Amino acid sequence: MAITERDQLNYIATQAADARVNVELETEGMTINIGPQHPATHGTLRIVARLDGEQVISADPVMGYMHRGYEKLTEVRSYPQVTTLINRIDWVGSFANEVPFILAAEQLMDIEAPERARYIRTVLFELSRIANIILFLGDMAVQLGAITPAFFAFRDREFVLNQIEAVTGGRFHPNFDRIGGLKDDLPAGWIKETKQAMDKVRTFCDQMDDLVVGNEIFLQRCVGIGVIPPSVALEYGLSGANLRSSGVDWDLRRDENIGLAYDEIDWKVWTHDDGDSFARYWVRLQETREAANIVDQLLDNIPGGPIMAKVPRIIKVPEGEAYVRTENPLGEMGYYIVSRGDTGPFRVKIRSASFSNMSITSWILRGVYVPDIITILASMYFILGDLDR
Amino acid sequence: MGLVESGKIPKPLTYLLNLSRRYSLWMYQWGLACCALEMASAMVSPRYDIMRLGVIPFPASPRQADLVCISGTVTDKMAPAVLRLWEQMPDPKYVISMGSCANCGGPYWDSYSVTKGVDQIIPVDVYVPGCPPRPEALLEGIVLLQEKIQNEDMATRWTGDPIVVS
Repeated sequence: MAITERDQLNYIATQAADARVNVELETEGMTINIGPQHPATHGTLRIVARLDGEQVISADPVMGYMHRGYEKLTEVRSYPQVTTLINRIDWVGSFANEVPFILAAEQLMDIEAPERARYIRTVLFELSRIANIILFLGDMAVQLGAITPAFFAFRDREFVLNQIEAVTGGRFHPNFDRIGGLKDDLPAGWIKETKQAMDKVRTFCDQMDDLVVGNEIFLQRCVGIGVIPPSVALEYGLSGANLRSSGVDWDLRRDENIGLAYDEIDWKVWTHDDGDSFARYWVRLQETREAANIVDQLLDNIPGGPIMAKVPRIIKVPEGEAYVRTENPLGEMGYYIVSRGDTGPFRVKIRSASFSNMSITSWILRGVYVPDIITILASMYFILGDLDR
Repeated sequence: MGLVESGKIPKPLTYLLNLSRRYSLWMYQWGLACCALEMASAMVSPRYDIMRLGVIPFPASPRQADLVCISGTVTDKMAPAVLRLWEQMPDPKYVISMGSCANCGGPYWDSYSVTKGVDQIIPVDVYVPGCPPRPEALLEGIVLLQEKIQNEDMATRWTGDPIVVS
């Protein structure tokens, strides 16, 4: 199998780098500092890389430049106020951040959202996934030197953001999910417009297929770069598309579906066996297409009925603990809520995907060449707010 | 050079100088959080297209920039870097503070790690409110800044109140 050969090659390269450092020690090492800010990124991350020639000996991520103290702030907010705050964790797919928190609170209160609310939640969840991954599809090409895909990505992302704005009133931060349902129903004519937007998303994916995936320069810079074998990926706790592109068939939408309508439609989890940077791009590209299909199917089958369950006016969550995780655009995101029967949570632990995905950087950057740092980091796709919280 | 600094520059020449400065702003983007994406939308997206206002994005270094857009949450860990960025920029320089976080701390007003407003560190010329502001709001802020530059008298550069987009 191809993966084992690449794995072995990577291992040999790492060993060779180690041997050169340990035995020869003639060359002088160099330390370069990447970050904390770069004009092409949103968010701040610093990487301290020690180099031997053009090979990286070690690379340490320095985090905390975006730390805003979410877990502490949730302790002094009430439950509806927390939703406003946690929108801003993963700022590209905001609605997806609210869902696990609301689901956990609903679990504690023993409330179930009506059927229609469940469907609309799932639709918005997938729309924010599309908005998130479209950005990645353009952004990774920018990091590798092709700027046209970014123009395409920002152009087509607007159509998805328009649809989110039409329902929720916010382009970025919807703050739309409520305990027991949703704030509002869908506006008139929204379903038809969303289907048109999904057609645009599919066209965008085809364009990316032509522009990026078939591009020889892109392939040479991505194929075989930054290979993560499935065992290592599992050990480091990767999740989301990063794990699926290592060949592990794991998707919380299918495996642990709580309170969302994924089990009522027909869809597919995409995986790739290679585990390199190209696989990560490819898997996300297919996921965007799949998300567009999911949205279309859900909109076809959307049931009527109320959008809000019976919820007391002042929300007090009974004593208890709950952990709910969902498959967010970046990977597994979960909230562990400890409630003491108050209007606000006593303690919230936020498990965000980027933080766990980041832990593999020191391992994966060892022994690679300097230009490959950019490829690998871009293909791992961190949202820095999700990383530092 | 003495003419410009002493403020004895003739009026038609001031007009011409300001006109050329107004439409050739080189904007350094200091994207820190969510607002950075709206800034990127304003720059990269064909729908908003900041370049039609005469603002050029992506300078290689702050040493070439005329204008910096601080967009997003400035944390205490990041604050020294922001100050250093501003010190590296050549005069005349302008600062746009984009979004509630950069204006005053925004939703993190009681957080232990967030700087409550970038104006505690560097002087701000334009405040763009919103969380995050739409790209149109940033464009409005830039148009107002351009008007300010057009009417600027070299002798009184440092007086006057900052602009707040409303």
